[in-house]
Amino acid sequence: MLRVTDLSCERGGLPVLTGIGFEVAAGQALILRGPNGIGKTTLLRTLAGLQPAVAGTVTFPEDEGAYASHADGIKTALSVTENLRFWADVYGAALPGDILETFDLADLADRLGGTLSAGQKRRLGLARLGVIGRKVLFLDEPTVSLDGFSVKLFAKWLQETHLAGGGVAVIATHIDLGLKAPELDLTPFKADVDAGGGMDEAFL
Amino acid sequence: MIALLLRDLRLAVRAGGGFGLGLAFFLIVVVLVPFGVGPDTAVLSRIAPGILWVASLLAALLSLDRIFALDYEDGSLALLATSPLPLEGAAMMKALAHWVTTGLPLTLAAPALGFLLSLAPEAYAYLFLSLLIGTPALSMIGTFGAALTVGLRRGGLLLSLLVLPLYVPTLLFGAEAVRRGADGLDPSGALMLMGGITAGCFALLPFATAAVLRINLR
Repeated sequence: MLRVTDLSCERGGLPVLTGIGFEVAAGQALILRGPNGIGKTTLLRTLAGLQPAVAGTVTFPEDEGAYASHADGIKTALSVTENLRFWADVYGAALPGDILETFDLADLADRLGGTLSAGQKRRLGLARLGVIGRKVLFLDEPTVSLDGFSVKLFAKWLQETHLAGGGVAVIATHIDLGLKAPELDLTPFKADVDAGGGMDEAFL
Repeated sequence: MIALLLRDLRLAVRAGGGFGLGLAFFLIVVVLVPFGVGPDTAVLSRIAPGILWVASLLAALLSLDRIFALDYEDGSLALLATSPLPLEGAAMMKALAHWVTTGLPLTLAAPALGFLLSLAPEAYAYLFLSLLIGTPALSMIGTFGAALTVGLRRGGLLLSLLVLPLYVPTLLFGAEAVRRGADGLDPSGALMLMGGITAGCFALLPFATAAVLRINLR
């Protein structure tokens, strides 16, 4: 469903990762591993189309990709329900009836986004993924500031609703989500920063 | 796209500073002018069209930096960029929301303030009409400027410097239409040219705005 071939991406004009290739079948997830700064976020942003790839191709069904970043995109002046309804409208989807229960937000339905705690905000940001109904998810550290219970809640949704429904997820995370998913260590794909500057050496 | 417009309007109402701020600024600037110039009604009615238009420009400028900055900071701009909503459409809706929260209240309030500046009675209709036609262009140009400066800290001042020169054609024709109306001349030429500028802005600038946003989001 998602195929990446020979992908190179850059951050701020410097090559970060090069030669990445993988394939994720429907119903499968892929966990990205690697130390801080290796380029997990850059790779996810490139996959999601926020920045162009230097080389290589990313293919997945058109209009099926969705990106979730470190920031949740929550409007502090809107209530939890209004935040979710906005994204449902943008994606032309209906608000699933049980979405608030799934992410343990039912008690917070009418609270303003600005009054939520960091973990509650994160749960609301993740609930957006359940609303928009996209098949190919690019998740950047989805469990930051979540407690153990919420992590299990999210993993359960990912496994039983999203992946079981034929979805795909590429997840950058440092913790164990408890998913039966292959891991991809990005360290071998680290781009040689001097690779592009090789010509300079001839002139030195 | 309507969802984005409604959300922005709701945010403007709830967060404050949307409807009220620009309008209050407009009011204060116009009220200050007679204090500075003196109470001579002949002088005031002579400069009224220009003052009202310049004050509208400045009032529209006030809230420009918020158009994209808040969405950029909380991450929703990146999420919007990856959503099925075309960024061009989002840019136009942002401009429209800005117009409804600043341009429209200015247009409605301007005739009342024209009275304070003893604007010639014949000019009221043209003041209203010229602002109605011209202020959407101010919002659209401003949205483009806001997209250019979206990732910058303290981009507000740079935004003013970028946008104000682009406001000159609208200001020229807008003030000219009111002045001609006040002098009993036919202002339709100026109004039509201004309409052309507004239409041109809405035809071209959403694309430029979306292109700039894509670069700034990289």
